[in-house]
Amino acid sequence: MMQGVTLRKMKNHLMSFVMLACTLAVLIPLGLIFFHIVKMGISSLSLDFFTHIPAPTGEPGGGMANGMLGSLIMIGGASLIGLPIGILGAIYLSEFGGSKISTLIRFAADVLSGTPSIITGMVAYTLLVVPMKGFSGLAGSIALAMIMIPIVLRTTEEQLKMVPGSLREASLALGVPFWRTSLKVTLRSALSGVLTGILLAVARIAGETAPLLFTALGNQFWSKNVMQPMAALPLQIFSFAIAPYEDWHKLAWAGALVLVTVMFALSLTARYFGRTRQAR
Amino acid sequence: MNNKVQLEQVNIHFGKTHAVRDISMTFPENSVTAIIGPSGCGKSTLLRSMNRMHDLVPSARVTGKILVDNGDIYDRSVDPVAIRRRVGMVFQKPNPFPAMSIYDNVIAGYKLNGRLPRDEADEIVESCLKRVALWDEVKDRLRSNAMMLSGGQQQRLCIARTIAVKPEVILMDEPASALDPISTLKIEELIEELKERYTIIIVTHNMQQAARVSDYTAFLYMGDLVECGETKKIFTTPEVKRTEDYITGRFG
Repeated sequence: MMQGVTLRKMKNHLMSFVMLACTLAVLIPLGLIFFHIVKMGISSLSLDFFTHIPAPTGEPGGGMANGMLGSLIMIGGASLIGLPIGILGAIYLSEFGGSKISTLIRFAADVLSGTPSIITGMVAYTLLVVPMKGFSGLAGSIALAMIMIPIVLRTTEEQLKMVPGSLREASLALGVPFWRTSLKVTLRSALSGVLTGILLAVARIAGETAPLLFTALGNQFWSKNVMQPMAALPLQIFSFAIAPYEDWHKLAWAGALVLVTVMFALSLTARYFGRTRQAR
Repeated sequence: MNNKVQLEQVNIHFGKTHAVRDISMTFPENSVTAIIGPSGCGKSTLLRSMNRMHDLVPSARVTGKILVDNGDIYDRSVDPVAIRRRVGMVFQKPNPFPAMSIYDNVIAGYKLNGRLPRDEADEIVESCLKRVALWDEVKDRLRSNAMMLSGGQQQRLCIARTIAVKPEVILMDEPASALDPISTLKIEELIEELKERYTIIIVTHNMQQAARVSDYTAFLYMGDLVECGETKKIFTTPEVKRTEDYITGRFG
């Protein structure tokens, strides 16, 4: 009898230990990456890094300000294109769904979000860069939007579906048209969850490099014209990291540190929104 | 007395299920009519057909005529949104808008449809909250979230929200079944007052409640209208045996 209890307790401890080990196995690589990036990048972070464009080859100093600006412009452009499509599409799926078309849309979105981003870049290259006869920030924005849309679509749809039907009924019974109910009651009630999804989608595209290689191409100088090749932070990290110069490698590490910090902040903000929703 | 709402051979199907069968009856103006019957008899289904809430369910099909002031609300030319402004609804579970304050909940019907001048809004909020006897309880915290209120207060808030848009008919789907006895009593008193201005149709599981608040009662069983008439008569000398059995608690 006593032996049975001891055995059960031992099994319990063993399993707890295995699960703890698994958790650590997830956390350790994350911690290693983060500390390594901080260690390598922090020394090159300076005011110049945020205000200057890359210095010509052989000259010391320089920064990635043009890359950060380019990333901001292209993420903004991608959001302008991707958010309305993703959110309105989600309203269609959740509020008008149930037809064969919506099953098809959901399937397409799931496949699209699983597509390697380099493929998305190649498609954008074929459809945009070739006909427009040149690389451009606009093509980069559209390629990023293509990655953003399925993420926003599916997360928003899930959030809208969680809004209780009784709220929609309450609004409709007051003589509010269905479209206004969808926007002002259903979407409004799901807002914090939708924002979480949007932030995660932004964090995802902020780090995308492959689709930009084929579309925005990158730029050594200030680039604000979306019809011209445009710099982006991940692109600069890529090209600086494969360059043969030691000081360029340092700048790449600094760029990586900035990028990871931004994504970390976005994820934390997303978590915050998600939590306030649960608290309510 | 005028017949505010009139049903003519109303049938309601959900896919292959025949939920309401061939019901014809009238609802007199400025009175309370209770619809009673065991669970699943089609009470709520019938009630929800009277402000076209079934329009949202693709498999639902309503046939026959439902007349409000002698106009068929299922006529092709009729906008369901316009009907719902004339025929308001209070639901079983209190459902104030969780992202809105008490104040905004009362004027939600206006706010969701556009803008409302501030002084007009103040007036509507005060008069509607007074009419549902909630004003004294909430006047110092109109800006706090509506979810802070108790269940009974929330339900009175929902009634205030409904009368704020000035409907002619109010449908109530078991409005007190989720509430405690004191809150229930308050809702019942409120219904008594509201009938001076509105035509009220209430679905209830509670026989005593039907007897207390209604002027007319309709008894539904398995989608059929078994009997309807003055409440006093239905509860004292029903014509059909099944009605008597149900009212006296022998089944259901």
